[in-house]
Amino acid sequence: MKLVKAIIRPEKLGDVLKALYQSEVRGLTVSRVQGHGGETESVETYRGTSVKMELTEKVMLDIGVSEPFVDIAVKAVLNAAQTGGVGDGKIFVIPLEAVHRIRTGERDQAAVTPVAS
Amino acid sequence: MMSTTRPRPADGGLAPMALAVAMRLALPALLLLFAPEVVGAQEEAAISGGDTAWLLISTALVLLMTAGLAFFYGGLVPSKNVLNTMMMSFIAFGFAGIAWAVAGYSLAFGAGGAFIGDFSMAFLNGVGLEPSGTIPHALFMAFQATFAIITAALISGAVVGRLRFGPYVAFITFWGLLVYAPVAHWVWSSEGWLFGLSALDFAGGAVVHVNAGAAALAAALVLGPRSDFGRQAMLPHNVPFVLLGAGLLWFGWMGFNGGSALAANELAALGVVNTLLAPAATLVVWSLLDVTFAKHITAVGAATGIVVGLVAVTPAAGFVSPMSAIAIGAIAALPSYFIIRWRAKSGLDDSLDVFAAHGAGGFTGAILTGVFATTALNSAGQDGLLYGNPRQVLIQLIAVLAVFVYSAVGTVVILKAIQLVTALRPASDLERRGMDVISHGEEGYATGDGAVIILDEELNGTPASAPTPAVAGGRA
Repeated sequence: MKLVKAIIRPEKLGDVLKALYQSEVRGLTVSRVQGHGGETESVETYRGTSVKMELTEKVMLDIGVSEPFVDIAVKAVLNAAQTGGVGDGKIFVIPLEAVHRIRTGERDQAAVTPVAS
Repeated sequence: MMSTTRPRPADGGLAPMALAVAMRLALPALLLLFAPEVVGAQEEAAISGGDTAWLLISTALVLLMTAGLAFFYGGLVPSKNVLNTMMMSFIAFGFAGIAWAVAGYSLAFGAGGAFIGDFSMAFLNGVGLEPSGTIPHALFMAFQATFAIITAALISGAVVGRLRFGPYVAFITFWGLLVYAPVAHWVWSSEGWLFGLSALDFAGGAVVHVNAGAAALAAALVLGPRSDFGRQAMLPHNVPFVLLGAGLLWFGWMGFNGGSALAANELAALGVVNTLLAPAATLVVWSLLDVTFAKHITAVGAATGIVVGLVAVTPAAGFVSPMSAIAIGAIAALPSYFIIRWRAKSGLDDSLDVFAAHGAGGFTGAILTGVFATTALNSAGQDGLLYGNPRQVLIQLIAVLAVFVYSAVGTVVILKAIQLVTALRPASDLERRGMDVISHGEEGYATGDGAVIILDEELNGTPASAPTPAVAGGRA
């Protein structure tokens, strides 16, 4: 089991979600974050004060996947989130010890397999 | 604006006048200067304190409407575009307002011909404190300025999220002079050709709303849709702002319609009463439509319905009875509601439904004015269809069609001309990131996390003594 943590541009979220759903990866958590990578800080002006915005708005996805889906998920995010510009983001693949489905108590692979309803 | 074509003489007979003179002679001499009703009783035109007071308030009310519009529109867009959207309304105060003072007022109300005024009052030449009707001339000009400002701001709803700010400012400046002023002249100047046809437009159903609606439609077509339109749902980021905006608009509209009587009299009262009742009726019908088609009475729907009702009663406010106003409000909900539903499915990105609310609402209101108008309430108006004059409907139709076509064509011409000089739209990836940062260098809801003040030394190019984060391993 792995946790795929992806940090992407906010305007790319729609494309990334679509790509993940098309790859049959549907369980995920999205949060709004701020971060810094290699991009040049943008400069904003407030009442005569020039301000360097060192943190940029990003979106973070947490996707818990079973082994067969790790590459699928990573590829889906890579293709959909890429623009070629600095600031496209990062994907971290983190070992995940266990996943539990709260509703049924299932574990690991069963917990992340969608239920045909 | 259509209430009276000639100023009324001061009221009262000899006895109250004699008493007034006696009272005033007892006061310090300076106060005699403020009793023109006595001095000017023989003149046709004299400043009326009551009328002036009401128009002073109305000017402020209509000014507030543009700020209310900013909130109404601002709440409807994603947060990354909120400042750009609201600034499109606020900047109109500056550029549309000054253009009006410098030339627009003269082009609209100057004595030119049937289609345009002249430059006799350019730079407010001759626009002083002398009476224009029963209020100071400068006040009339200022009251009209607030109309010119909000009409320009209304158009912005169709172009949010994808029009560069510089071209927008240029657009509203030229549009105010080349489209708004002529149309105002046609309808409200006594030499205007639509005025001559007896077209009825009490407070600007055609001049403001059909005008802006047509321009909005044309601008949306010229610009094309937003990059994400059709794929991404662009949801309102702050529905409370939308409600706030609708409330402020309704409040201000009392001045928009009531003040258009140009007097503190029965017609102003009729205007205010109708401005209360018509949107109330629209809100009721809109709620029923929403329940039917959207399963809920939605807040955004309620705000929109209120605005549609306000728009629809605008041409009628001083010409129809309160029950007629209720009918107009109720009927006007229908075309606008269904145009919004259609628009959402079509490829037209009139982002904030300016055409549906203002174009269609103004159109409906103008036609219904031709149905419900009665000279029993306003002798300076006309009778409508229900009062034995079906021709009025045709006249109203001619008026709205003429305004619509001229505005749409004028808008296309101005935008295309600007496009020859500079691009109208930003690059699509910048557009996706958000217009606030690229147009204004600001964020609407900045948290300030990680924001560092740039010291003068850094701005001047000397090496920074303030640290920038060093990223181990170079560029990420």
